[in-house]
Amino acid sequence: MSRQHASTANGASEPRHARRVVAMWLVASAIVDPLFYFVAGPHMPPGDMTSSAAGAQFDFNVLTMAALPVIVGVWIYGAYTLLTWRAGRGGPDPVMTPTSRSNIRIQTAWIGTTTVVVLSAFVFGTVELVVPAGAGGGEGPQPIWTPTSKTVLPVQVIGQQWKFTYRYPTYGGFESDKLVIPNDTTIAFHVTSLDVIHDFWAYQLGVKADANPGTDNVAFTTTRAVGKVTVRCDELCGIWHGAMYNYGEVVPKAQFQQWATSTEASLASATKLLPPFAWSYTPSANGAGGSFYPDNVDAFSKTEVYGAGAVSAKTAASKSS
Amino acid sequence: MAISAHESVDVGRPGGTPPPGAAVSQRSAWLGQHMGTAALAAVVGYTIGHYVGSSFANGYEHVAASGQNDVANVLALTLAVVGWLLGSGALNYPMAKLVGREPAPEIEEKGVGRYFRYSLDHKVVAMQYVIAVLLFLFTGGLLAMAVRTELLSPTTHYFGPGTYIAIVSEHGTVMMMMATSVITGPIAGWLLPLMIGSRRMAFPRVEAFSLWTFIAGYMVILTALPFGGFPTGWTGYAPLQTQAAGGMDSYLVGFVVVGSGMIAAGFNIAVTIINYRAPGMTWSRLPIFVWSLLAVASLLALATPTLATGCLFGILDRTAQTSFFVDQHGGSSFLWENLFWFFGHPEVYIMALPGFGIVGEILPVFTRKPLFGYRVGAAGMLGVALLSFFVWQHHLFQSGINPDMRPLFMLTTELISIPTGFIYLTAMGTLWKSKIRFEVPMLFALALYFNFLLGGISGVYLSDVPVNVTVHGSFFVMAHFHYTIMGGLIFAFFGGLYFWLPKMTGKVMNKKLSLIHFWMMFIFFNATFFPLFIVGLLGQPRRVFEYAQRLQGLNDFSTISAYLLASSFIVFTINFAWSIFIDPKPAASNPWDSLGLEWQVPTPVPFDNFERIPLILADPYHYGEPVPTPVADLGVPAVALAGSGAGGGSGPSGLSGAVVVDGEGRASDV
Repeated sequence: MSRQHASTANGASEPRHARRVVAMWLVASAIVDPLFYFVAGPHMPPGDMTSSAAGAQFDFNVLTMAALPVIVGVWIYGAYTLLTWRAGRGGPDPVMTPTSRSNIRIQTAWIGTTTVVVLSAFVFGTVELVVPAGAGGGEGPQPIWTPTSKTVLPVQVIGQQWKFTYRYPTYGGFESDKLVIPNDTTIAFHVTSLDVIHDFWAYQLGVKADANPGTDNVAFTTTRAVGKVTVRCDELCGIWHGAMYNYGEVVPKAQFQQWATSTEASLASATKLLPPFAWSYTPSANGAGGSFYPDNVDAFSKTEVYGAGAVSAKTAASKSS
Repeated sequence: MAISAHESVDVGRPGGTPPPGAAVSQRSAWLGQHMGTAALAAVVGYTIGHYVGSSFANGYEHVAASGQNDVANVLALTLAVVGWLLGSGALNYPMAKLVGREPAPEIEEKGVGRYFRYSLDHKVVAMQYVIAVLLFLFTGGLLAMAVRTELLSPTTHYFGPGTYIAIVSEHGTVMMMMATSVITGPIAGWLLPLMIGSRRMAFPRVEAFSLWTFIAGYMVILTALPFGGFPTGWTGYAPLQTQAAGGMDSYLVGFVVVGSGMIAAGFNIAVTIINYRAPGMTWSRLPIFVWSLLAVASLLALATPTLATGCLFGILDRTAQTSFFVDQHGGSSFLWENLFWFFGHPEVYIMALPGFGIVGEILPVFTRKPLFGYRVGAAGMLGVALLSFFVWQHHLFQSGINPDMRPLFMLTTELISIPTGFIYLTAMGTLWKSKIRFEVPMLFALALYFNFLLGGISGVYLSDVPVNVTVHGSFFVMAHFHYTIMGGLIFAFFGGLYFWLPKMTGKVMNKKLSLIHFWMMFIFFNATFFPLFIVGLLGQPRRVFEYAQRLQGLNDFSTISAYLLASSFIVFTINFAWSIFIDPKPAASNPWDSLGLEWQVPTPVPFDNFERIPLILADPYHYGEPVPTPVADLGVPAVALAGSGAGGGSGPSGLSGAVVVDGEGRASDV
């Protein structure tokens, strides 16, 4: 009993620990959050070359703004408690009080706060996913979040062990091993694979979509700046997975038009030898050639051509089923 | 009322083992069945399986075309495992029952030999598990060193691409298999009965089966290397899986083998917790570690069958030419992804929860305070376990699955951070106004909270679909799960070892070496994996051997830190060998002054754990009470429990019919 008296007596002169911790936390948060957002934020990956890249960067920064106070708070709390109540300081032994085991107010506050934070993160994430047309992620063969832009350039990305090639169905279906896309344009990447699962990761574009055999996986983005693009395979696809990368470029519209038409013409004889354009391909057991799915025999030419007329993403997408 | 010792044993034994009269072994440990005969039988089984497979499948067209006979591989590995179990004596009892014979009575083994046998003593099995998981862990660690060595340079290669990807895959699979049992095997196996006041696990044979299949799984997965390895990583994605060479068979068979052990362990742990609690061990007195085990057990039992099923489909695809995962023939590569991750995400919590349980045990002891928010902590673990079945598609956000499921899985994934946060609430509440002793187990526990904070918060980035577009499949994910699994589970495992080894072995670990181990492990763990978050954000995908030149600095820093991290385990191994085997120093029976029931029994712990089934009087966290309540009435003279603060009270009789407690009666007995 005497120990209890001693601790009550101590309690009167003891510093207000809770207030101290909260004050330190508020100050630290008020410093790190703006510091991060304004100093580091604009440089955070994956940059702002496209709408989806900028969206990912913004989301990353917002999440970090929420995460930093949590991390800093736990650190401050930990450091404070470990230093203040370390046994080495020879403080009194803790005494069981009614709140040692549980404290309804603190527990309710904790659960309430974390729930609010988590639900806000969910609402924010959903808005940021739906509004920018899937945020650059692969939406499968039937995208439900489609871009508002009327002109959408479809580019088919074909993954195979171990390279990416790109077909431009609105330019006669020629196949290039370099990704070239126009600036200020909404692109629909139709990602598919000829063999195992790959993943098309155009880092600077903020686009990532798995390439599945027999599946057309669609991802949208809108380019905002010209520049170089690195494309890497992001799903383990066999021994040369690490070497499965190539480069692409976002170029001004006129330059793209010129590149596309001239490449279409120069590759015309080779394009004839390719299988007709389809949303996905079924190679033979040996890998090359082969047939394509009965539900994919629709030639793409029925769709309007980019540049000459508008291609509705909805039409393009609905054809894939 | 005087009860003779013999009677009291019978009274308190809930179907205990072994039956009285069969408790003495006369034969040498090296006669009969042990690890050696098991290995021999495994080799024989392998040979027979390979011969049979070769003889009837060699004529198949696909065998001729591919030059590899998966039928022979699978049969060889399967029969090797069967042989291993036969040779170890695991199947003696069920087979005897099957043919209607009364099995030979079980015997209490003595001496070192029992550690090489199919033992039914949960304390022996647990020590076997300790060595097995350490072997597993260090094998995986060596492979990790090879991976980091290759990543020293983006252009100079130490391994060919095939060898590199085999090493990466083997590392991942070995570590994941190890992590399923790293705590549920050794630490829970040893402590669970002691913590709940039981003499044994519910099914001792099933527990031993889990161990021996675990070891068999280890050997099966190692056979992948001589088969040329497998190129799929631990995730085993089809159709790459279907296409891969012979090493893939080891992966598939290995996971079925380890998986069956996991399912068995899950049921065993759950049944033990539910049915083998001593009288008075109410749900609200259950140690938090036991709550975590209950959550883990339900995950082991319910999630693992999906993995085993997926692997069986994979085996059929590779041997019988079915096409579960082959899209050209009506299968789907998405099927494997879903089956695998439906197991794979609960699996992540199989690895996280026992760690939370261990630090929940360590914290009150070294703060001298009750565990704060005990009910919330226990509810958090069950909540995590329940939610973990509804999050698996977050691994497939970019895979082309139905997109309208995405917000749902983002929600469930983020919701899981609420019960995970309870773990922090309990820790932070416990630290408040406490008296903190920085002993080695406490340091490991605190390190878990430090590491898991970063691991958990990076998980929120991954759950956010727009950010996931950048971080999915990159080194960011890799750093994330190393922070949660290694920074969480493995730190908890070592914390638990340092905490309980004095009770498990009766020996003290050298404190200086333990501290060196801790600080090296903590510092270099963070130095190894924190830079990898940045590397991932800057665009380096997982499992690659070539990366951008500008990332070399960070990769090299990580690699050098990884070497130092590995050397911390050398310190541990030296410490372990020195303190346990070479120069053992006896440990006190309750060196940390804990109230836990497992600390109230003498060291070394008797074969039957408790002389009589104890009557539990309080939860093990009531530190700081003016008049300490004894945690349990052990029914043994108080002198045997000197300094434990327990055993003094005379419990209320008749709480349960299973036990007769009479403090005065016992006292007059002495």
